[in-house]
Amino acid sequence: MKQRYLPKVFMALIVISSLLFSFQSAFASTPKIEDEALGRTLARQAVKDNKRWSTIDHSKIDALNKDFKTGEEITKACISCHSEAATQFHKTIHWTWLASGDKKDIRYGKAGYSVNNFCISGNAMEDKGCLSCHTSWNKKGVEGDVNCLKCHNDSGFNFNEALGDIKAFLEDGDPDTNEIATDLQQEVKEAVSQVTFPTRKNCGDCHFKGGGGDGVKHGDLDTSLTKPNRMLDVHMGTDGKNFTCTRCHTTVDHHIAGRIYTNPAVETRKSLIEDDLAPKITCVSCHSDEPHKNDSKMNDHTNVVSCQACHIPEYARVNPTMMWWDWTKAGKMKNGKPYIEKGPFGKPVYKSIKGEFKWEKNVKPEYFWSNGSQTSTTINDVIDPAKVVKVSHPVGDKNDPESRIFPFKIHRGKQPYDKVNKKLLAPMLSGEKGYWETFDMNKAIEHGNKTLGIPYSGEFDYVETTYAFPITHMVAPKENALNCNQCHIRKNSRLANITGLYMPGRDKSSLMDTIGWLSVFGALAGVLLHGIGRFFTRNGKEE
Amino acid sequence: MKDKKIIKIYLYTRYERLWHWLQALMIISLIITGLEIHGTYKLFGFQTAVNIHNFVGLTWLILFAFFVFWLFTTGEWKQYIPTTKKLFSVILYYSWGIFQGKPHPVQKAKGAKHNPLQRLAYLGISAMLLPAQMVTGLLYYLYNDIPQVLPLSALAVIHTLIALFLLNFLIVHLYMTTTGHSLFSHIAGMITGWEEIYETTEIADWETQATKKK
Repeated sequence: MKQRYLPKVFMALIVISSLLFSFQSAFASTPKIEDEALGRTLARQAVKDNKRWSTIDHSKIDALNKDFKTGEEITKACISCHSEAATQFHKTIHWTWLASGDKKDIRYGKAGYSVNNFCISGNAMEDKGCLSCHTSWNKKGVEGDVNCLKCHNDSGFNFNEALGDIKAFLEDGDPDTNEIATDLQQEVKEAVSQVTFPTRKNCGDCHFKGGGGDGVKHGDLDTSLTKPNRMLDVHMGTDGKNFTCTRCHTTVDHHIAGRIYTNPAVETRKSLIEDDLAPKITCVSCHSDEPHKNDSKMNDHTNVVSCQACHIPEYARVNPTMMWWDWTKAGKMKNGKPYIEKGPFGKPVYKSIKGEFKWEKNVKPEYFWSNGSQTSTTINDVIDPAKVVKVSHPVGDKNDPESRIFPFKIHRGKQPYDKVNKKLLAPMLSGEKGYWETFDMNKAIEHGNKTLGIPYSGEFDYVETTYAFPITHMVAPKENALNCNQCHIRKNSRLANITGLYMPGRDKSSLMDTIGWLSVFGALAGVLLHGIGRFFTRNGKEE
Repeated sequence: MKDKKIIKIYLYTRYERLWHWLQALMIISLIITGLEIHGTYKLFGFQTAVNIHNFVGLTWLILFAFFVFWLFTTGEWKQYIPTTKKLFSVILYYSWGIFQGKPHPVQKAKGAKHNPLQRLAYLGISAMLLPAQMVTGLLYYLYNDIPQVLPLSALAVIHTLIALFLLNFLIVHLYMTTTGHSLFSHIAGMITGWEEIYETTEIADWETQATKKK
């Protein structure tokens, strides 16, 4: 009897499991690609041809086979072949330090009216301290010639210093020093010919050190990315894909893709399949907007959550980054002299010329809705000093289809503002009249605001400010991405401040939960009492 | 009363028992994983809990279709037709008579597996709570793939509330199994299929009318 039944059970199990299988695949939205995540396959395809090839050896070019005396001569040599390079470059923000686009009259940019809460303002390129990062020779700014080598040379040679020495040696007329100059010129010649596409170090010389030092500004960009391993950055890792910056920050006419002040890097995220000529600046470009394995719940997240939110669990994972800069503390002296005090990580926690700092490592990002745009407060914007002023903050909304929940570093600090005009101020820092010489903030502001042509009432105080940096580099290998519990959890969810959407595990209806649990505990109490009743009456039995 | 002999009758068929225990297993694992997804505690980890919950939920949905098929092809659905007859004597029994050793006012028999209170409870569960849970669960599962009927928050809140009501039922149901001749005789009946009843029990006509073969 029993054995006759067994085959039936077996058959039933087969039917059920095959039904289950077909049910699962019925809801699969994309065809299966060999069990590998679609985003991985596509991205591998996009970078398959990893080597760039060239038809030129710059050491064989006559124009470069010269004894250079100045940087400008080198530039002239470059332009003798690359005739349009400087003309193109003059139009880019790397040269003008001004954001282009429809809001030109607001003058966003370092050379314009934009301010931050680090060194505050570039003072229309008048603050020469800032110009060490300008792509001109000898900190001349837009008045000078383009220094092509800043981005296109990987010799690591200090051209400015060598050329300065050559000039000095040649001028003093001594035959011995002349000889040294000739040797130096030979060195310069050899170094000049090491022409390259921009390396991580080329870009990093400025972008890793923004704000006056390694890791001061970004948090996801510092010198640890010059030679990162794949644990720090899965794309740039030298033991991984070894991407250069321009692998994603693709260029057109020397314009480099990326966010520029209030303008997002791209208006819409498009994959290479949709638009193969679009900038490759977003994750979606190579990984598509359904990057995970088939049926993965993670693919359902991509219309709400940015890739970076989960795949960059922490920033500043190797070098520390600055989280706080308090200008109110600047100006203290020891024995009448400015001083520097070092703290944890060997980083300065106090500088007389700048104020108080705080540094952090392995920092969890803060999360906001972002459509890729950011606000940028300029020196013309009226602020409310009663509140923390958001000098730069992401723009986004849960109802905006282009917005995603995105990770940010928020740099906090205190900086001067005009008590009468209610505007942020632009103190001049370097130079004779700069704060770093005079330690007189009032005068530094007076002078600094004058460079921008903005009136100053003469009365200032300090206001707390924040500055947001999108966290988008330092993408960790997939095994280090966040797990669900980091956000889908009742307490200390990473997305605790993201409201207006229901997140399982984080959210609940207190009323409905109370009703439900009351019914559960009511039932428990009821059966307990009933059971006790039966126990003591022994179910009414006599014996 | 005392001299009445206890006999066993074959009350629950093989499929019925299989379904009962399978469903019990599924509902319990759904409640355990569901409450973790709800954020009540941490056990498997959110992702594993979701995977288990989805798999068991879909399995249940499919197997429930088999149950409905069985219910109607065998005519067993008639066992769930609600009645108010003797309903109050059953309620009275559980709230009073049971403590006095009085006999259950309604005895089980082949054509009448459930007393009027059970009929009402099981009908409410099977015809209302369970389908509502399946529908909200399926809409929740397919939230990103189909037009959104209800906001996720509404689906989640309803789904959670019903889950807690089912937990309530589970507690009472488990307790009620101890009210047989001995603490475990009802459970034993559901395992073997053989339920203990008194030999001389009279089954009233109205109870079997629906299932009586003509």
